[in-house]
Amino acid sequence: MRALQIRRNAGKFGMARIASAVAPATAARIGPLELRSIDDPDRPGEGWHRVHTRLAGICGSDLSLVEGHASTYFDDYVSFPFVPGHEVVGELDDGTRVVLEPVLGHEARGFAAPFPGAAPGDGDDYAHLAMASTNGKVEPGIQTGFCCSTGGGWAPWFWAHESQLHRIADDMPDERAVLVEPLAGGIHAALLAAPTVSGVTDPIVAVLGAGTMGLAAVAGLKRYVPAARVIVGARYPHQIALATAIGADLVVPASKLDRAVRREAGCHLVGDILSSGAHATIDAVGTSASITDSLRITRPRGRVVLMGMPAEVKLDLTGLWHRETELKGAYTYGTESMPDGSTARTFDLAVDTANHFEAERLLSATYRLEEHVEAIAHAAAAGRRGAVKIAFDLRGHR
Amino acid sequence: MPRPGFVLEVDRSTPPILFWRGEGFSLEKLPADRSRVIYPAEPLAGLDDVDGHIRNALLNPVDMEPLPALLKPDMKLTICFDDASLSLPKMRRPDTRQRIIEAVLDLAAAAGVDDIHLIAALGLHRRMHEYELRHVLGDRIFDAFHPRGMLYQHDAEDPDNLTVIGETDHGEVLEINKRVAESDLVVYANINQVAMDGGWKSITTGVASYRCLSFHHNPVTLQNTRSLMDRHKSDLHKSVWRLGKVLQDHGPKIFTVETTINTDAFPSPFDFLSKREWEWSAKDRALYLGTQKSLNRTPNRLARKIFHSIESPYATTSVQAGFTPSVHELTLEHVYAQHLVPVEGQTDILTMGIPFISPYNPEGIMNPILVMCMGLGYLFNMYRNKPLVREGGVVIMTHPTYREFNPVHHPSYIDFFDEVLADTTDPVVMSEKWEKKYAEDEWYRHLYRTGNAYHGVHPFYAWYWGAHGQQWAGKVIIVGGDPSTVRRLGFTPASTMDDALEIASDVVGRSPTISHLHVPGVLVADVT
Repeated sequence: MRALQIRRNAGKFGMARIASAVAPATAARIGPLELRSIDDPDRPGEGWHRVHTRLAGICGSDLSLVEGHASTYFDDYVSFPFVPGHEVVGELDDGTRVVLEPVLGHEARGFAAPFPGAAPGDGDDYAHLAMASTNGKVEPGIQTGFCCSTGGGWAPWFWAHESQLHRIADDMPDERAVLVEPLAGGIHAALLAAPTVSGVTDPIVAVLGAGTMGLAAVAGLKRYVPAARVIVGARYPHQIALATAIGADLVVPASKLDRAVRREAGCHLVGDILSSGAHATIDAVGTSASITDSLRITRPRGRVVLMGMPAEVKLDLTGLWHRETELKGAYTYGTESMPDGSTARTFDLAVDTANHFEAERLLSATYRLEEHVEAIAHAAAAGRRGAVKIAFDLRGHR
Repeated sequence: MPRPGFVLEVDRSTPPILFWRGEGFSLEKLPADRSRVIYPAEPLAGLDDVDGHIRNALLNPVDMEPLPALLKPDMKLTICFDDASLSLPKMRRPDTRQRIIEAVLDLAAAAGVDDIHLIAALGLHRRMHEYELRHVLGDRIFDAFHPRGMLYQHDAEDPDNLTVIGETDHGEVLEINKRVAESDLVVYANINQVAMDGGWKSITTGVASYRCLSFHHNPVTLQNTRSLMDRHKSDLHKSVWRLGKVLQDHGPKIFTVETTINTDAFPSPFDFLSKREWEWSAKDRALYLGTQKSLNRTPNRLARKIFHSIESPYATTSVQAGFTPSVHELTLEHVYAQHLVPVEGQTDILTMGIPFISPYNPEGIMNPILVMCMGLGYLFNMYRNKPLVREGGVVIMTHPTYREFNPVHHPSYIDFFDEVLADTTDPVVMSEKWEKKYAEDEWYRHLYRTGNAYHGVHPFYAWYWGAHGQQWAGKVIIVGGDPSTVRRLGFTPASTMDDALEIASDVVGRSPTISHLHVPGVLVADVT
């Protein structure tokens, strides 16, 4: 089949990295991502289903790979060549529509789950992600879309384990369903911020960045941490409008987030650091600058939830040390501890949230696989071009 | 003999008229046969011997005993003085306040008074920098008093150093600086640049608390202050005078020294600013062109520095001392003698050039809120009887209105612009919804008390200052301002004066009458 595929090619990664600084389209054209004919992947075993891609989103982590920015951390957690694409709504051979929970967890790999009923992302030992499955048919890979054995969403079809599939209602449009995975990420980050604001009077949660993930975090906060006053720093006018529409209490230009948080917290601005600040900050950008900003607007002993994938950053952590700030990574989803003490699967919450907020409003444009250069360029410049989520549309390929 | 102010009817032969545009100028051709320019009087002659007049005023005061008779060896003497908001631009050394205070100190020394405090009456303004205090007071006074903690600045947020003197029959509470309240004698050293200043306002605002100021620094009072330059038609001044009566009846003895200055504000090479355009010589025109071109190429920051470094060659035109209300009546006579220009009738449009400075940005940036304050607060209020523009008419200002703020001087202004003006430009709404939060913000309070920041509530007061003009005008247009910033103020941006007049035609028709308030210098239109 014809699919987009990334191969391990140091030269292409290097060229993409250089080109991306100038023009995302060039990075997509000369980088490691190529549309080619590939062999159909073998079925990895019992419990695996063929999923025919309907829509597959382009995520920031996909872009970092395409543009050659991904950290070497993942070297042992991916297997080349792979077909990217982990934000997927598709259909099974029998026509049942599903969204993909992309983590290739214990069950998919034939290992014992960390606890009964665990979600793919649960557990505190990631060994299974870096080794082949027990039957030897699933190579390392943290998720579908980073594993050479399963295929990925940027292809007409791929394999997904039963544990990864969430069947969706007929009345849920594809355009909404394709946002479930990023919403799950945002909800997970929101729920990681929740313990810091639990029991606090007038809690403040700041969200830095209002691209797909920042907006997803806002949605998660408004839905599951409703007591929090959510202040968002957004860069572009359409992001400000969307964050406001989703229910953020205050949306300001990102450069003014510090003063907005200061006003809400009623604290001082000492130099450029708040004396107190937000109880928790969700960094939905993941750069040196955004982490630095998040640390300086979060109150002592507060929590910074790092949702944007950072790769290599340069930080002065004196403030983190002095303020005893907690820096918390927020990679993905699984089983959530809810503020009321119950547990829930993030994806169930995300489906609910996608319906509640009519998440299709975040899908800005779709492209055919053949238009991947334009699609990548659009996704890489989404904010500047007034867009949020860009996706591939493979409906009609089946 | 200086020529009085007058009204020039614009005809086809009238040259383009000078407009301030912040740290720059423009020449604008006003429509012939329906425009008029209100020119200020030329600067009045100054007193020959200012020190002699000061000494004479102290020895021969109005409705009070001579100052030496009030000075006793064991007394508490406090000398308050106007802060850096006066004069604008700052006057050449020696500053009149220095002259007054040196004369008072000489008499106090002769009387054996040694408990003397000097207090900058800054109200909710920013604390003065040391170099500003030195400029105002001179090095001798500064070095003698400041190191010993006897020269300091009023702190309206120091609960331990505020005292309630009493309450007016309107329920207004007079709460002032404790040292002032407990003094046996308070001498106030004033510079009266406009009719709004002086009188009871000096002490009842200059050393008052936020609580005390809020009784008259509010939208309703300012909307009924018509105008700031006419205290008998100003609700603000009526409130202040009521508080002054409480001070007179229950407070310390006040010995007021008021002085007036002429309008000679700009030394060479900027003296062409004060001339009438048709009298510009070839040298003036060359200076204008050269200055304007240079300023156009100069970064804002540098241009600002150049203008704020100006030291004006003002001359003192009168000195009077004694009982506050009596002194102030004499002062007003002198102020009006310099400023009043008879003007007949109102027009559909009022135009004004907004300069680089206002009372609230000495040494600082004329931020957008201050542009509003200067235009609709100060310049619009330069009238007696009725405004130069008819109700529902259009006010056109020229100013770059850049979105820049001095973070040291105006920290709460930044938030006011971002938060309050994004919500409302209605002074009544903002006072009810936002003022308390800003007034009680601990960070602003800290910066006001220990740094050089205006009080947190000050941007509200600056906005309220324009409340009457805002309510009166049917539309406000700013020519040459940053469009999004101008819109945030609730005004309409225009690129050129012609565009502004076209935009104004929606409100005032195709052939509106126009008054231009010529700045500089300073004038009060006596509109009949």
